[in-house]
Amino acid sequence: MGHFALDLAHLLAGGMVLVSFMLLYQNRMFGLLNVFALHALVLSASVAWQAWVQNAPHLYVTAAIALVLKAIVIPLALRRMVIRLEIHRTIETVGGIGLTMLMGIALVALSLVVMLQAAAEADPLAREDVALALSVILLGLLMMVTRYNAVSQIIGFMSLENGLILAAAGAKGMPLVVEISVAFSVLVAFIVIGVFLFRIRERFDSVDTHALDDYREGRQ
Amino acid sequence: MTSFLALLPFRPVDAVIAVPAIAALLLAALPGRRWSARLNVAASLLTFLLATTLLVERPPAGTYLFVDDLNVVFVVLGTFVGFTTSVFSASYIAHEIDAGKLSPGQLRFYHGMYQALAFAMNLGLLADNIGLMWVAVELATLTTVLMVGIYRTHDALEAAWKYFILGSVGIALALFGTILVYMAAQPAIGEGEKAMVWTVLVAEAARFNPELLNVAFVFLMLGYGTKVGLAPLHAWLPDAHAEGPTPISAVLSGLLLNVALYALLRFKMLLAANPATVAPGPLMVTLGLASLIFAGFMLYRRRDIKRLFAYSSIEHMGLITFAFGMGGPLANFAGLLHMTMHSLTKSAIFFAVGQVAQVKGTQQIGRIRGLTRSHPMLGWSLVVAVAAIAGLPPLGIFMSEFLIVSSTFARQPLLAIPLVFGLLVAFGALVLRLTDVAFGEPEGSTAPVEATYLPMVAHLALVATAGLWLPPPLVVWFQHVARMLG
Repeated sequence: MGHFALDLAHLLAGGMVLVSFMLLYQNRMFGLLNVFALHALVLSASVAWQAWVQNAPHLYVTAAIALVLKAIVIPLALRRMVIRLEIHRTIETVGGIGLTMLMGIALVALSLVVMLQAAAEADPLAREDVALALSVILLGLLMMVTRYNAVSQIIGFMSLENGLILAAAGAKGMPLVVEISVAFSVLVAFIVIGVFLFRIRERFDSVDTHALDDYREGRQ
Repeated sequence: MTSFLALLPFRPVDAVIAVPAIAALLLAALPGRRWSARLNVAASLLTFLLATTLLVERPPAGTYLFVDDLNVVFVVLGTFVGFTTSVFSASYIAHEIDAGKLSPGQLRFYHGMYQALAFAMNLGLLADNIGLMWVAVELATLTTVLMVGIYRTHDALEAAWKYFILGSVGIALALFGTILVYMAAQPAIGEGEKAMVWTVLVAEAARFNPELLNVAFVFLMLGYGTKVGLAPLHAWLPDAHAEGPTPISAVLSGLLLNVALYALLRFKMLLAANPATVAPGPLMVTLGLASLIFAGFMLYRRRDIKRLFAYSSIEHMGLITFAFGMGGPLANFAGLLHMTMHSLTKSAIFFAVGQVAQVKGTQQIGRIRGLTRSHPMLGWSLVVAVAAIAGLPPLGIFMSEFLIVSSTFARQPLLAIPLVFGLLVAFGALVLRLTDVAFGEPEGSTAPVEATYLPMVAHLALVATAGLWLPPPLVVWFQHVARMLG
């Protein structure tokens, strides 16, 4: 049980890192949304497994929230939004995809080196989980800075939040209050972003943040 | 007084949080513009009065809330500025409605959000649980994002979007830091609720894993540092200040930045309680100095008056972070005093700037001239406020800056050189940019000001008094807190 529990936990957390890399090279909006749904699905499985291993039933709630909200509801809602706004064209990225991937690899290496050393004495289950979670967080950040498009920035942010939930689930016995609030804050954040998207659409006829930058010319 | 408080059916510490929460719901539900502005003022006043009772009597630390000598300073200062800003806001918002910039629906939203922000900030300051503190800071961020975007112009939306994205990333990094603190604490304290309770954490910190704490602090510094507005994480701050309603600029600079700084100080104390960790001071000193000098230079090229003072806030938050990073009783005392003076002065400046912008119909510095002649009261108040923020004697900020510089000279003379350089750069910029605004040939509208001067004058009077004379109990109190901060 002990070895198997650890191996499966690592497999799932590692799977999230892998899916984060897949997010980095998507150049179509629908592809991006599908991969994000996969990301949330792996998160949900990972959290559920942590719930089983740690014998912490409240984590099932977190897993369920991830599954329903992030793997199903949000991707569907964003999909409708993308169709309505007619932005399912190619996504522009800053720099080439190859360069982004290389940076991603460097970030993962960095987070593994830092976390495995810092948490050397911690419980192995938590230690590697948190190291991989940090990788997911950094890859989410990388995605946010390498995309111009508002919707892909949102996806980057939500993948980052997935990494946070992975870390919170891995930290043994972390109070439920925090997990629910995280999940809830994602919902709130999503509503906020949704409102903004619609207003941006209203005003700019585009959800490309380039359009926003244009207004900065001539103003200091 | 104490016996009277014991008769109350509720604890003041709960009420400081409950009053804004109830007011937020009421204001969101009730129509009617005159009454909602008054209710906003009344709720803010009540919160302030309740907060002052915490000075006399405080409840024992619970799992979720606690009051100690440090956070009570922040709460009283915060609720005071919250109250004066609500007075200013009442007249400011009336003008915005008359000018057709806000609809009645937006007004309800604005007032509800104002109290929700007060609720979040008080909760963050009084939280005895690092998870709860994080939730409160996140809530404060969300409410201010919505308020920054309230005018729905291109610029306002851009500012709100930028603030939202950068603020969320900061908040996310802070949460990761919080999780790491829990992981460091869990082996020593045990699983569950207790390992996130601040009073337990700080008592047991010596037994935590120091390396995890180090990594955690880096994330907390970057996360909450984004909210403090430290360079290079400051990009959201000038836009958010310039595009939102002016009362919100005052609250952002006067309060929200302090709340984020408070969170940082808490975690700094946690690291200080564990002898094996790396000292957090140098990191804070570096970021603080970088912000100070960077913002000092950025002040020169500003054309928008609210943006100018937003950069000035970055400069001062950098200075305060520098002071707390230096540590020691004197520098901490100076940092606390500077934070108090900056909150009062900067919100007074935004009160003045808001009135100027409404009278002149523009925020462009080039198109605002000769205020001391066209609007003597407003113009001279602005002159006094700018003299205060630039650090001229005998006003309060001169004294705190003097203390910061002299304590730095005494301990790290080499650091004092860039510090003084940054202060001089910023001073030059403020004088250069604002001479024409105050003393040039009058230009533009000379319509009288309708808004009230009271909050602005009250703040400036406090700042001027503090420059000449600090009440001895306050000095003793700050000295005590400074020793607590280590």
